[in-house]
Amino acid sequence: MSDDHDHMEHAGEAQAAVEDRRAPVVEPGHTFGSVTDKISSIVLTRGVQRGWVLGFAIAFSLTMMLLYAITMTVVEGVGLWGINIPVGWGFAIVNFVWWIGIGHAGTLISAVLLLLHQEWRTSINRFAEAMTLFAVACAGIFPLLHLGRPWVFYWLFPYPNTMTIWPQFRSPLIWDVFAVSTYGTVSLLFWYVGLIPDLATLRDRTGNRLAKVVYGFMAMGWRGSAAHWKRYHTAYTLLAGLATPLVVSVHTVVGLDFASGIVPGWHSTIFPPYFVAGAIYSGFAMVMTLAIPMRWAYGLEDFITLRHLDNMAKIILATGMIVSYGYLMEAFFGWYSMNEYEQYVTLNRALGAYRYQYWWLVFCNAIAPQLLWFSRVRRTIPVLFVICIIVNTGMWLERYIIVVTSLHRDYLPSSWGMYAGTRWDWMIYAGTLGLFLTLMFLFIRLLPMISIFEMRELVAHKEGERAAADVE
Amino acid sequence: MNSSDSAAPIDLAALNRRAASSTGRTYWKSLEELAQTPEFRERVVREFPQGASEWDDALGRRKFLALMGASLGLAGLAGCNRQPPEEIYPYVRAPEFIVPGKPLFFATALTLGGVGSGVLVESHMGRPTKIEGNPEHPGSLGTTDLFTQAAVLSMYDPDRSQVVLNIGEIDTWEACVRDLRAAIEATRPRQGRGLHILSETVTSPALADQLAKILGDLPQAVWHQYEPVNRDAERAGATLAFGSDVQPVYHLDRAEVIVSLDSDFLTSGPGCARYQHDFADARRVRQTSPRMNRLYAVESTPTLTGASADHRLPLRAAEIVRFARALAGRLGLAPQGFSPASTVESPGRFDPEHNALHAAWLEALADDLQRQRGTALVVAGAHQSPAVHALAHLMNSALGAVGTTVTYIAPLEAQPKGASTDQTASLAALAEALEQDEVDVLLILGGNPVYTAPVDLRFGARLPEAKQSLHLSLYADETSAVCEWHVPAAHELESWGDVRAYDGTVTIQQPLIAPLFNGRSSYEMLSALFDSSPRSTYDVVKDYWRGQRMDGDFERFWQTSVHDGVVADTAATVRPVTAAAANSLRDTVWSEAPSAGSDEKRSAKLEIIFRPDPTIWDGRFANHGWLQELAKPLMKLSWDNAALVGPATADRLKLANTEIVELRYGDRKIEAPIWVLPGHVDDSVTVLLGYGRTRAGRIGTGIGYDAYRLRTSDAPSFDDGLELVKTGRKAMLAATDLHWSMEGRNIVRSGTLDEYRLDPASPAHAHHEESGEPQNDKEHNHGEPSHEQEVHAEVAHAEHEHASLYPPFKDTGYAWGMSIDLGACTGCSACVIACQAENNSPVVGKDAVMRSREMHWLRIDRYYSGQLDNPEVLHQPMLCQQCEQAPCEVVCPVAATTHSPEGLNEMTYNRCVGTRYCSNNCPYKVRRFNFFNYHPDETPLTAMIYNPDVTVRSRGVMEKCTFCVQRINEAKIAADVESSRVGHQVKVADGGIVTACQAACPSGAIVFGDVNDPKSRVSQAKAEPTDYGLLTELNTHPRVTYLARVRNPQAALLAAEEQHRTGPAVRENIY
Repeated sequence: MSDDHDHMEHAGEAQAAVEDRRAPVVEPGHTFGSVTDKISSIVLTRGVQRGWVLGFAIAFSLTMMLLYAITMTVVEGVGLWGINIPVGWGFAIVNFVWWIGIGHAGTLISAVLLLLHQEWRTSINRFAEAMTLFAVACAGIFPLLHLGRPWVFYWLFPYPNTMTIWPQFRSPLIWDVFAVSTYGTVSLLFWYVGLIPDLATLRDRTGNRLAKVVYGFMAMGWRGSAAHWKRYHTAYTLLAGLATPLVVSVHTVVGLDFASGIVPGWHSTIFPPYFVAGAIYSGFAMVMTLAIPMRWAYGLEDFITLRHLDNMAKIILATGMIVSYGYLMEAFFGWYSMNEYEQYVTLNRALGAYRYQYWWLVFCNAIAPQLLWFSRVRRTIPVLFVICIIVNTGMWLERYIIVVTSLHRDYLPSSWGMYAGTRWDWMIYAGTLGLFLTLMFLFIRLLPMISIFEMRELVAHKEGERAAADVE
Repeated sequence: MNSSDSAAPIDLAALNRRAASSTGRTYWKSLEELAQTPEFRERVVREFPQGASEWDDALGRRKFLALMGASLGLAGLAGCNRQPPEEIYPYVRAPEFIVPGKPLFFATALTLGGVGSGVLVESHMGRPTKIEGNPEHPGSLGTTDLFTQAAVLSMYDPDRSQVVLNIGEIDTWEACVRDLRAAIEATRPRQGRGLHILSETVTSPALADQLAKILGDLPQAVWHQYEPVNRDAERAGATLAFGSDVQPVYHLDRAEVIVSLDSDFLTSGPGCARYQHDFADARRVRQTSPRMNRLYAVESTPTLTGASADHRLPLRAAEIVRFARALAGRLGLAPQGFSPASTVESPGRFDPEHNALHAAWLEALADDLQRQRGTALVVAGAHQSPAVHALAHLMNSALGAVGTTVTYIAPLEAQPKGASTDQTASLAALAEALEQDEVDVLLILGGNPVYTAPVDLRFGARLPEAKQSLHLSLYADETSAVCEWHVPAAHELESWGDVRAYDGTVTIQQPLIAPLFNGRSSYEMLSALFDSSPRSTYDVVKDYWRGQRMDGDFERFWQTSVHDGVVADTAATVRPVTAAAANSLRDTVWSEAPSAGSDEKRSAKLEIIFRPDPTIWDGRFANHGWLQELAKPLMKLSWDNAALVGPATADRLKLANTEIVELRYGDRKIEAPIWVLPGHVDDSVTVLLGYGRTRAGRIGTGIGYDAYRLRTSDAPSFDDGLELVKTGRKAMLAATDLHWSMEGRNIVRSGTLDEYRLDPASPAHAHHEESGEPQNDKEHNHGEPSHEQEVHAEVAHAEHEHASLYPPFKDTGYAWGMSIDLGACTGCSACVIACQAENNSPVVGKDAVMRSREMHWLRIDRYYSGQLDNPEVLHQPMLCQQCEQAPCEVVCPVAATTHSPEGLNEMTYNRCVGTRYCSNNCPYKVRRFNFFNYHPDETPLTAMIYNPDVTVRSRGVMEKCTFCVQRINEAKIAADVESSRVGHQVKVADGGIVTACQAACPSGAIVFGDVNDPKSRVSQAKAEPTDYGLLTELNTHPRVTYLARVRNPQAALLAAEEQHRTGPAVRENIY
């Protein structure tokens, strides 16, 4: 018995030691009230601040540029872009894959980590989910816009029609339609359901009549009764269960867009897993890119602690290694296949016309993140921020390399060509960044960017632990 | 109203300011328009006849609408009403009435350089849309060359001149005729002295007759003929060799050994389509007839003839004559005591004494020619010196070729009475007369001499010296600008006429449509000016032939001749020739021309070679979108000309591709971009004529450089003394293909005849360069393979057959397939234009070509192998391969591209949403995408050219070759109709469907048909051991297969060439 007790005490000490080494997920000293006050104040009491206005103005101008570029593309045709024959896909597909990938981290954080009871996710899941949603919105623009005739996009959906014709289900582009639309729907639901208790909090706390009505409407009559909470938890966990396979499936399907083609450099079974890893990789980098300035601007260091940043950096490191392994295997199989076209595409990536992009990609995705092995780097916020930007750049370059270098030199040298984005391509890309940030700014201003009720649960949990320790 | 008397003087200073400030595509018709004077604005408002702008009352409006209807009619909207009143006769299918939707075919002829090729013109409801060859015409045999295919677009060119102009002012035909008749009358007392007529090469008997009558009436009048690409040297050479001007007609079907002395007889010049046909026929290697002719080409600028040769030797243009002398010397034709002068050894020079390769060439050629006496042939290039032509004639005579492989006929062009047919001299005489102020009336019938005349004649500056001048032309061009009168000419498809083919056969040209812009023919023009009662073109031509055929039923003769497109028994009679004795030619042919300086001094400078452009010829097609956009054979450049140099020269002078250089020749200089062309002889620069036009039209104006500005009358073809100065700038040139090499891939396969005889399948396996051979789905036996190998091959074969998730394609009924013989293909690109015309493919422009967005469904891939300075050239027509397991079909999300039960990979344009995945997934990259709306400014006129059986694709839609599915369906419908008539199923006969590319191909390289029918021509071609499919290791099962190229090199010379390989190899990897 005493042995057991000793053992337990020992374990407790070890636990404490681990806890000490790690930063806490919530800085000590917070109560239910302080959490609620702090988070809801950003929306309710702080008002419109100069920094926000400036940031929003820049983002909104970029969004207007996006609208202009989209209008021109629809009016004139995709010929405005740099695409050609042989390179039929360019920025649009690169950006699509990039944005979709970014979205993945949000789903992973909110759904998978929820199911795995990783409580540190609590303070970042709300805006990570928002990020997912906005990234999917940005991504969704591209497949639509890249069509030669975007006004007949609905032909990709199986709907009863007078032509009595279905989509062609063997095409991975159709799988894409289902994967992305499902993903978008589930992400939206998950995010919204997660918001309901907080919307009720905002409804109860706001003094503004209009805001009360709007928040009240969106809170769907949430009163916080035990029955509400019970159903809420069931629904939320179910949605998390639904969202979890999507983390894997969506980017697998996006990977299949390439892998099921016969283009050398695309036709590879490694694509699905390595696309998923890449997606999580870039997604976490984006979460960090957003979290770091946000916790600084709104003084949320208590909630988004070094512990969060450290954990995310480790995930970036891990997924970055998977991605690097993918590059290595691509090169290996290029050689091992004994297939002259595969060999050529591997050499062409490293030594051909796009070699600079390729080596930048290797630097960004495989070399730079190696710094994250050092815990001091993981806790030095400016370095972390820079690495995240580098990773995001690298992941964009990766998609560029996959799409462009594979297409620009395939089987017959007579049809080889070069590709470069035009100013319209860049305008649309920058424009979606603007749209994303615009939505992000609006989200920060209008909704609680950290889940209030979940943070309260976390505080309660911590308090409970502390109380238990005191009793002992 | 007359603007000239009421107009205020034009403010010239303001005009210049406006001209300077207007940028881009600003077109203006006259100085007043530019000046925007009130008078001009008034004129614009009043451009419609009185009453057109009165909207107020009902009568006025109705009148206006009637006028509008008339104007639209003028623009050719009401095609049915444009049938000319004269009788024309449909060919082959001759329904009594026009059946809407059914095209009619009319026989006529189209000319280039005055020489006609017989064609059948497809006409839909009175509008010509497509040119096909006339099988009964000796110059065509059913096929066409590039320019002939393109004629229909030039007829519909909206930039053609549409009104009579008098010094830039719109005027009337009647005023023009009145004015000129008065001027001509004024010369009558002087028996026509002061009257000059300048025409292009005239082979038309009727026009020649008209001119002869005029010259008989006015004996002091002078008729000049001039074309920039002419046969002056050929004429002089024949005169040297035979004492009289005769023209050779080659019979390549009978030739076993052919030597080309800088000649491009396969793809340019009179009869090239026929020559290509005969040449290909005589080297079509089949299991049943494993024999072929042999072609040796000695040439300066690489041509398609050189690319088709079994042996090719690059020599400077000026060295060809030395080669010819040495060869003739070897054949024992040299005068006594002749010894070829030795020269300093330098690249591009012919020097058999020091250069063992040159010696081997002489050895091999002399040997081969003497062994093939009677079936040997020497062909001299049109632009080569008279001595080369004379030597070719002498060798042909000595080798017994005359009468078998070559016959001589009287020159095709009509001879002006007593005047020389030396065209350059003739034009020089005219220029001199202008200088001396002796020209009262100058009638220019066609051509554009102000642009094309040798620069030393200063023709453009002298032309205004003529007191009265007229230019009859399709375009208001450079020459029209300095002539007093301009009359729009009728296009050949709009006018009656008659013309001689390369062998003298006459075709009576019939109009397909009444002139769109009220153009006049030369016949009508001359009749209006000289006849007491003007006659129509129809009457002129018919009257002439009525006079020729006094016997028998003339109407019957006329109908038959017009209907057939050939006037029976008009081929020129063979002229017996006797070669001059060797010694009599000692000074003219056998002596070195006195050189301008020492060899060292000369070698410090480069040689300049003038050549007509391969696609826009002498500049007459400058405003032709199809021909401009067509990638020029070999160089693959479109929309521009360039100064062509060889890789060695580029290397030595440190010249990069597209770099702009200044070409200094004599006291003149121009700037031109450099284009490095493998195989181009070292130390020479070829400049291409036809570009740098200043008044060509919306398409052709201001593109490229004008090489005529360096071309003088004493050296129209080539000369020494070119200097090249770098400018440090670069030009933006549009090339469809920048890659020279196959990258070691097994794409175009070839082998030699000896290899073929050992193992007929070996050419289909021959692998260029060193890399490993990919598997083929057809495993042929390599000599005697071991059992193990065989088993391995079987297994690989079996695995390939079944390595698919999808079930194999099941053929039911027809299974369409195609076979392309790479041995026959010369790369002439007639098929590309034929495809474009048949399938309504748009022209996208230089910018789009630079961005790899050309829309050709069929392209000619060109690869080099071997050494850069004299590589083997391999052409491969590349079109949709109609894969049985098509990678494009499975990735289309909306099922817009699907497989037909007959094996066509079909494209449903209306269903396409434009994801472009199909193109990405196409290993052959033959799909084309409408990145923009390529038909934005369609007018009733420009829309007339479209083939109504083929969709005009909209923006955002993928398109590609479908084996001319419209032609397939037409034939199937006809067979079905026939079936219901006879009561049992009738199949489409083999050869009953001819695709557009196949129809055009002069060498018969393309065969199309039903591969389910083992007796069809295509099945037989596919059964040949040289048959192979491209990229079949991808399991695409292409329905298009290729016959590997078989060459016939001479063993000894091949060995010598192997030993003397110089220069760098074609690069394998271009990183």
